[in-house]
Amino acid sequence: MEKYLYIALFAPLVSSLFSALFTATPKKTFTGIIGSSLIFTSFVSSFILLVYILQGGEPVHVEMMTWMATGDLYIPFGFVVDQVSVTMMMVVTLVSTIVHIYSIGYMDHDKGFNRFFAWLSAFVFSMMILVMSDNYAGLFIGWEGVGLCSWGLIGFWFHKQSATWAANEAFIMNRIADLGMLIGIFLVYWNTGTLQYDGAFEAFKHLDTATLTWIGIFLFIGAMGKSAQFPLHTWLADAMEGPTPVSALIHAATMVTAGVYLVIRSHELYDLIPHVGLFIASLGTFVALFAASMALVNRDMKRIIAYSTLSQLGYMFAAAGLGAYWVALFHLMAHAFFKALLFLGAGNVMHAMHDELDPFKMGGLKKVMKWTWIMMTIASLALAGIFPFAGFFSKDTILEAAFAEHHYVIYAVLLFTAGLTAFYSFRLVALIFHGEERYKIFGIHPHEAYRFMLIAMSPLLILAMIAGVLQEPFFHMVEEILNAHEYHIHSHTTLWIMLVGTQIFVGLAILYAYKKYARPGIKVPDGTSATENSFMYKLLINQYYIPYAYEEYLVKPYREISEIFWNKVDLKIVDATVDGVAKVIYATGENTRDMQSGNLSTMLKWMVAGTVGLLSLAVVFGLAVRYSDEIVAILSGLGVM
Amino acid sequence: MFEAIAFYLFAFLTIVMFYIVVTTKQALYALTALAAGMIFISAFFFILGADFLGAVQIIVYTGAVMALYAFGMMFFDSTRDIKEKQGNKFIVVGLATLAAVLVVVIFAAPMVSENIVAFYPHVEGVGNTQEVGLVLFTKYLIPFEVAAVMLLVAMVAGIVLAGKKMDLSLTLMNAEEIKEAEEKNKKVLS
Amino acid sequence: MEIGLNHYLVLSTILFAIGLVGVMRRKNLLLLFFATEILLNSVNIAFAAISHYYGDLTGQMFAFFVIAIAASEVAVGLGLLIVWFKRHGNIDLDTMTSMRG
Repeated sequence: MEKYLYIALFAPLVSSLFSALFTATPKKTFTGIIGSSLIFTSFVSSFILLVYILQGGEPVHVEMMTWMATGDLYIPFGFVVDQVSVTMMMVVTLVSTIVHIYSIGYMDHDKGFNRFFAWLSAFVFSMMILVMSDNYAGLFIGWEGVGLCSWGLIGFWFHKQSATWAANEAFIMNRIADLGMLIGIFLVYWNTGTLQYDGAFEAFKHLDTATLTWIGIFLFIGAMGKSAQFPLHTWLADAMEGPTPVSALIHAATMVTAGVYLVIRSHELYDLIPHVGLFIASLGTFVALFAASMALVNRDMKRIIAYSTLSQLGYMFAAAGLGAYWVALFHLMAHAFFKALLFLGAGNVMHAMHDELDPFKMGGLKKVMKWTWIMMTIASLALAGIFPFAGFFSKDTILEAAFAEHHYVIYAVLLFTAGLTAFYSFRLVALIFHGEERYKIFGIHPHEAYRFMLIAMSPLLILAMIAGVLQEPFFHMVEEILNAHEYHIHSHTTLWIMLVGTQIFVGLAILYAYKKYARPGIKVPDGTSATENSFMYKLLINQYYIPYAYEEYLVKPYREISEIFWNKVDLKIVDATVDGVAKVIYATGENTRDMQSGNLSTMLKWMVAGTVGLLSLAVVFGLAVRYSDEIVAILSGLGVM
Repeated sequence: MFEAIAFYLFAFLTIVMFYIVVTTKQALYALTALAAGMIFISAFFFILGADFLGAVQIIVYTGAVMALYAFGMMFFDSTRDIKEKQGNKFIVVGLATLAAVLVVVIFAAPMVSENIVAFYPHVEGVGNTQEVGLVLFTKYLIPFEVAAVMLLVAMVAGIVLAGKKMDLSLTLMNAEEIKEAEEKNKKVLS
Repeated sequence: MEIGLNHYLVLSTILFAIGLVGVMRRKNLLLLFFATEILLNSVNIAFAAISHYYGDLTGQMFAFFVIAIAASEVAVGLGLLIVWFKRHGNIDLDTMTSMRG
């Protein structure tokens, strides 16, 4: 079994290194094909491991080699495949394989084709390290790796100013959060003496609540950055500057779920500090509502989907915070499927519409892009949580968990957000695929995507539809390791009222969205209508002015401080000192050059002066040698020696 | 007592003479004072019982070297007063005084005088010249011969540097050729 | 009073200092040579004095060789001086600065 672990882990690395050989050369299709095959190999290995674990096998635990062994600190490169990590491995490798195959078609005309696959496979490798590692240090290595690869992928079209800015924003925000995570890791090591999961979790039981609270808070700060929780959320929407397959892989299925994974993995810690868990759940709920509200009015297709991701991440954190870790993991899995499907479909639309992103400028595309329409509709149904698609099983379980734990406020907010989710998802679908064909005004001729891309997307479609079936076996798999328990609402009628009520509420939202946006006569908004000038609209479309606030009150002062430091400190002090040293040496040389005047008389004078100097040295040393005892006595009397 | 009187007298004279050498503006005065100083230094040698050295000092230094300098003086226009642009006088005098003081201090420190073993001690019963001869031709034979070679080299160098055109050898030519060479020279010069 | 080694050494040092002053002061090359002679002579006095007070002939031999060397040095030095004078016309030190750095 170990060999499958290594294959699954290192196949993406091989793919990345192979593609990296060709980054400077024009597009070579085989980099994409070989890359996809290697990731598929990794997927097959993960599947074998999944089957093994499902049949009750012991978690596979290997220690590849020692990283650091200094003094008391021992950190190995160790990997573990247990129920939680095998789930993540499956999700990651499946979505990655599909995205790789899709990218062969999507990046068809791009000059950086080879470079794209190098970065993409490197990302998959880092994510595998993250989920398979058996200690916090390995997790952190993967953490940083995915941060770096997401920087490279968001800023893939580096000649675009906006793309590089977004990449930097993502990386820097992640870095800020990583500081919190590092402090958390330091605290773990300091208090427990080990970074291994099993060792640390054992030791957590004996620590006091205050320390555990701090550790939990700091680790969660790291998760906040990676999973874009408020207030470190602005990077996720801006990250849509990258190519769409990147958004599908990174910002739907893998990187942003790393934070959730961290919380799930550290569940033994968070079980001990339920008040922190409640804070996490509340923050998650807030983010869910917050992001959904911004998606209601947005006019950028990918941004709407990005906000939807943010909102669903809030759901996952809410579940994890309430102690329902298995539900969070299940929702993570299901969400990965339909969100990736949504993004890939959006990619098809973008390609067809020549990179146009405003859904108001599209419309009626279902005639031309039938399959994409079907896929996106089903994905949106799954997202909205309609029975029997995947989202129903995962989202409703979260709502049940909130209700059963008697957190009624969280329940209400999450329910309302579900309605909003349905509304904006179908607003998007309606605007793009239904109604009259507004794109004709702009002279765009759309066509469906390549056949193989659609075929690649189909597994996601199937999973989005049937993933609900997997909930039972999934529950049994993770039951022991995650202290999972099913949530029973005490009264059967309450349960039925909840389920049906949710469905009706969501269904009404969908119908309203269709009614509003699928009718003919929709104009492209140009800033003059009443809705556009209303306060709520302005607030939402500017994302509550938070990016503006960050720019004004954080970025600008920081830039000014940096300039001050550059001008006043670096140029004037540091450079001046270094230059000053050089100048002093130069000036000394210049001034002593006069000694070489060629005038014999002057030279003779210097010679005598030198002789006098040497003679005085001789006298001083002779005296010191002669009177050394007295000198030592005087100095010790003064307290020097 | 006589020794003390002689010492102080000659010391005073030597210092005065050398002071004149160093500070006068006229070259001839300097030359004369230098010669006088040399003689007084040989007096010191005689006081110290180094008879041979004293004689050599007079013959070589005062005789040969001063004559060389006198010949050299003829070359240069020495009737003029030597105008010397002086720098800071105090640096010069100060430096020299400092050097002198330091040297005195070094030497005035107690010397390890008890352990010095004489390599070539005085031989009793013979005069200084015989002693010098004994040592010079036995122990210092090699430096003696080398000094002789060096003097030869110096002599040749002096002749080469200071001589006129030497492509013609007057001793190897007979009378007519010498006359012809002179005529040619005269024509060239005029 | 008794004339000891120290007296002679002090005298030698004084003469040496005078020689140093001359070396530093003189701008005419010929007079510079005179000052050099003074230096050599003062050293000879020291050698002879040490030789006398330690009963060792080594000092006198050294002084003897110093005299020989000084004589040859004068010969060569004067020769060079003459060549320079023929080429440049004066022997003022302030004009001899072709070796400036």
